[in-house]
Amino acid sequence: MIKTQGLTKVFKIGKKQETELLAVEDLSLEVDSGEVFGFLGPNGAGKTTTVRMLTGLIRPSSGTAQIAGFELGRQDTQIRRSVGILTESPGMYERLSAEKNLTIFANLYDVPDVPGAVNKYLSMLGLWERRYDAVGSFSKGMRQKLAVARALIHEPQILFLDEPTTGLDPEAAKTVRDFIEELKSEGRTIFMTTHNLAEAERLCDRVAIFKQKLITLDSPANLRQEMFGRRVVFHLREMNPLWADLVAQLPETDGVESVDNKLIVTLQDPESTNPLIIKTLVQAGAEIQFVGEIRHSLEQIYLEMVHSNERGQA
Amino acid sequence: MKHIRTIINKEWSEVFKNRMVIMTMALLPLLFTALPLLMLDLTTSSVPAIEGNVEASGLPQGFLSACEGMNANECTQIYVMNQFLLMFMMMPLIIPTTIAAYSIVGEKTTRSLEPLLATPITTRELLAGKSLAAVIPGVLITYAAFTVFLIGTFILKISPAVRGYLTSPVWILGILLLGPVLAVIATMFSIFISSKVSDPRVAEQVSSLVILPLMLVLGFVLAGKLIINGWFMLIAILVCALAAVALLYLGTIIFDRENILTKWK
Repeated sequence: MIKTQGLTKVFKIGKKQETELLAVEDLSLEVDSGEVFGFLGPNGAGKTTTVRMLTGLIRPSSGTAQIAGFELGRQDTQIRRSVGILTESPGMYERLSAEKNLTIFANLYDVPDVPGAVNKYLSMLGLWERRYDAVGSFSKGMRQKLAVARALIHEPQILFLDEPTTGLDPEAAKTVRDFIEELKSEGRTIFMTTHNLAEAERLCDRVAIFKQKLITLDSPANLRQEMFGRRVVFHLREMNPLWADLVAQLPETDGVESVDNKLIVTLQDPESTNPLIIKTLVQAGAEIQFVGEIRHSLEQIYLEMVHSNERGQA
Repeated sequence: MKHIRTIINKEWSEVFKNRMVIMTMALLPLLFTALPLLMLDLTTSSVPAIEGNVEASGLPQGFLSACEGMNANECTQIYVMNQFLLMFMMMPLIIPTTIAAYSIVGEKTTRSLEPLLATPITTRELLAGKSLAAVIPGVLITYAAFTVFLIGTFILKISPAVRGYLTSPVWILGILLLGPVLAVIATMFSIFISSKVSDPRVAEQVSSLVILPLMLVLGFVLAGKLIINGWFMLIAILVCALAAVALLYLGTIIFDRENILTKWK
């Protein structure tokens, strides 16, 4: 659905355009049909520039991309016809009604049944009762819902969501997230930039961590394992320093750490190794209170990746 | 054409909800139609007729050729009306300027340009839609105001010689041809200014500088240094049409998607 190869964007800035600013460097990725793809990165990382390039809004300086089977740079109009975009700011016509806003975009996207499409999305997003009201009187959440409707009005194959829940209150953010899940279940391809890592973990099949260039790309679960391994904590009634050495000697363990009354063991396959560790500890006289797995959040992975990338660059 | 129509419809739906635009569109033609009619009425009914032939009227010598067969009073009237022709020409300059300023800067302040640019509309269609949305009202209002003005001259029983002058080729060319050309110039100039500023009032004020050349011409006419005749009008139309083409070309450069998203303030 989306395939990029060495996509790069350099902006020329300054009065005489004498300074070059590298916004996106050598981005190569593939997003499959029906996939929800998270594009994560700090402010100024080039996420919006990437979305703008992929939606045919700005030209890449070099590299190629295919969106929905169309060649970026040569078939931009077809690309714009095939994708929907939720921009960072809803950008609605405030003096016009919700219905009028959607009608304008339905006409610009050459939707065959304009009133049908407008009514469908106004109802689906709970805006039917307010359809004749000026958008200027809408809450942030309602505007965002209307912007989502606008992005979907022409039934695009691919949806680009640029920070879809930024600035929304928790209830509005949940409504938008629930709707994204609904779109996911419909099998739409979604390319989403976000700062909200919990949101990315909940919604995305794969995430890319990006800062000017791609740092890493995988599913949140694989990234977690790749970065930290799988770590299991054994809570003991009391601690004997010998027990840590005993567990460390087992060939299946990748590392053991002793903190207070806890043994934190890094494992490749906890499901098969945990019984052996429990048996070893019990035979050595340890009393195990409970066992649990430490799950690193996507936030920890993200911070680790971004910071190690910065250290690498330094 | 469907995309252009949609943009025009959108612009009018939005811009005509703006009080400032409505005020400009209502007051300007009212003023520029009422003032010349008032002047004609005063010089016809209240002011005593100027005695003697036209040479004794004190009007610029170059202008007197336009007064053939008229008395001094009628000649004075058409001399005054010549200045109001320039006033009429201000309408197709000011009205599109106001509409374009609010339309472009309005899109910038509400950040609605990016979703618009993300649609399959071409930049030429977008530019055409935005320009026509500003030019059409300016031209139509000018035509309507001139028609009302002509009707007014009948109601006020203005002399047939003066009325004949007001429907002469100079006036008709001015209103029918120069008006639309000036409206295009004003719109493109306003789009250029609007791309550089982020406040519609600033855009409107700076864009209104477009009337300066016209004011200069008015100054020369008032000083008796310039006579607006058929030749002057034809040259003015030609020069302005060339300027409009140049500005349209500039407009297509400014109205590039990447330019709008990355360089417009």
